[in-house]
Amino acid sequence: MKILFLMSSVPDTTSKINFTDNDTKFDESGIQYVINPHDEFGLTKAVQIKEKNGAEITVLNVGTAKTESVIRKVLAIGADKAVRIDVDPTDSYFTAVQIADYIKKHNDFDLIIAGKESLDYNGGMVHGLVARMTGLKFINAVIGLELKADNTVEVAREIDGGKEVIQTSLPLIIGGQKGLVKEEELRIPNMRGIMMARKKPLEVIAPVEASIRTKIEKFEKPAPKGSIKLVDKDNLDELIDLLHNEAKVI
Amino acid sequence: MSILIYVESQNGKVAKSAKELASYARAYADKTGQDVVAVGAGLDDADELFKYGVNKVLKVNNESLKQFNAFAHAQMIADAAKTSEAKIVLISSSNDAVYLGPVLADLLEAGYVSHVISLPEEKDVFVVKRKVFSNKGIAYTEILTDKKLLRIAKNSFGLIENAVEGTIESFEPDVDLSVYEVYKVVNVEKATGKISLSDADIVVSAGRGMKGPENWGMIEELADVLGAATACSKPVADLGWRPHQEHVGQTGKQVAPNLYIAVGISGAIQHLAGVNGSKNMLVINNDPEAPFFKAADYGVVGDAFEVVPKLIEKLKAFKQQ
Ligand SMILES: Cc1cc2nc3c(=O)[nH]c(=O)nc-3n(C[C@H](O)[C@H](O)[C@H](O)COP(=O)(O)OP(=O)(O)OC[C@H]3O[C@@H](n4cnc5c(N)ncnc54)[C@H](O)[C@@H]3O)c2cc1C
Ligand SMILES: Nc1ncnc2c1ncn2[C@@H]1O[C@H](COP(=O)(O)O)[C@@H](O)[C@H]1O
Repeated sequence: MKILFLMSSVPDTTSKINFTDNDTKFDESGIQYVINPHDEFGLTKAVQIKEKNGAEITVLNVGTAKTESVIRKVLAIGADKAVRIDVDPTDSYFTAVQIADYIKKHNDFDLIIAGKESLDYNGGMVHGLVARMTGLKFINAVIGLELKADNTVEVAREIDGGKEVIQTSLPLIIGGQKGLVKEEELRIPNMRGIMMARKKPLEVIAPVEASIRTKIEKFEKPAPKGSIKLVDKDNLDELIDLLHNEAKVI
Repeated sequence: MSILIYVESQNGKVAKSAKELASYARAYADKTGQDVVAVGAGLDDADELFKYGVNKVLKVNNESLKQFNAFAHAQMIADAAKTSEAKIVLISSSNDAVYLGPVLADLLEAGYVSHVISLPEEKDVFVVKRKVFSNKGIAYTEILTDKKLLRIAKNSFGLIENAVEGTIESFEPDVDLSVYEVYKVVNVEKATGKISLSDADIVVSAGRGMKGPENWGMIEELADVLGAATACSKPVADLGWRPHQEHVGQTGKQVAPNLYIAVGISGAIQHLAGVNGSKNMLVINNDPEAPFFKAADYGVVGDAFEVVPKLIEKLKAFKQQ
């Protein structure tokens, strides 16, 4: 079985977000990059499938050289080889074209695992666009995946207020999230993995021509909150008054 | 020309999110001299949409389409866009809408923007504001394509009543229903009776400060009194004190209610990233240095075990007035 893991590399979740160049660029100074947290659940799922059923895992990232340390981490956790398409992924459509092109050229992946959303530009669309461009089946917000005999697969997806289980077949693209594997099952690199990762192949390929559909003009920080109104714990009537008359929420 | 909205329903009734889409569409339609058209399957109370400014509802009665399938519904919306000559299509940020978004964007060949929080700016290029970096930034994003698909962030525009005379037309979209066989739904589990976290106007959330699952009675009672949904921080879900569906934050659910109440939650950056779209935040914490106090609108410094029961009593009295 061949698994393709689509990895988005994003600023560490504790990062302070700033903008430069007249607020037209994201300020990368001091930013640590990590595997997109939603993608991590899918990566562990891929490794579990490999351990149980046998599989070859390729990690694919569209990104510049600065993502390579994160790609190495994915190799250390258990991917077998890596491919980086060497371009800055500024537009989701453009990024999806790159990934779809790679998939069409190889055309032998049984399962393509993505995350439901990158925690940088929060698009929630690259994997879905790839599915359409390649004609592959697609299920989003996946919180469970069980491979059955004869290529069928049972996939649980989160719906508002619950979950829905869908029966379908491979090949398939999923957008994973927390729940796909348990939090405590999440893999982190160990020493042996890190050593082995150094020898695993990381192929860098050039992007294909593609247009863009959206463009960021400028950034801004959200308006700072006004200062907090503290209410004494022995004067909760005042709190109720504020919530009722000022905030008008109760 | 028209603006098209995708209307989701709950038990056959127009979802609140659809009314927000209608409010948004109406405001933009008024500026640009367009009509607002809505499409949806089922919709027993489709005329509700007129209140929020929808001129025409394309009501789909096909039994299969009453069940959600991302591919079928994306085709349904794309066909409605064609019929109504819509250049701008709006969807909500529900799980279903998020799922069908990219499929629809591809069918429409539209530039697609998520987490939209403003009407398009009035200038010669089409620019909307959207939330990025998990609410830590706002990006003014230009859409370069002729057709545009916008996913509106929850509670970012609000419900604005603006009644118009509308019509309901039955609509038979051109949809390949075989996708219902390709993706066969074999089981659905949905909490009934409870207020769903994604729709709730008020959310009562609690963290590790509650010490253990046995202490959640007062959190549930507070939620009951307020007609609120309950939520929790990540460690609380990881510890198994509360179900995972309640985990809010950067890696959990994103919520944006009118009031978010955080009890015994420190206010870590990853937690705030999922909740700071809320209109108002109230924090109850015994540590005045807790970071949440920097992000909230209202705060009570005190022991939750003392403050929450008192607050419940006061609220009960207030509700009886
Ligand atoms: C990659 C990543 C992603 C993450 N994603 C999320 C996420 O999505 N959501 C999330 O919530 N967290 C997330 N976290 C975890 C986050 O960093 C914090 O660890 C977490 O939010 C803390 O939870 P807490 O506030 O419940 O617990 P604590 O930090 O332990 O805080 C407990 C609070 O309760 C207060 N308290 C104690 N006793 C009382 C009392 N008697 N009365 C009143 N107050 C009391 C304390 O003063 C304290 O402020 C993530 C972390 C990482 C690394
Ligand atoms: N640059 C990228 N390289 C590889 N995969 C990506 C990239 N960007 C997004 N993805 C995948 O698509 C998912 C959704 O991303 P997005 O549309 O950016 O929110 C992510 O969770 C990744 O799995």
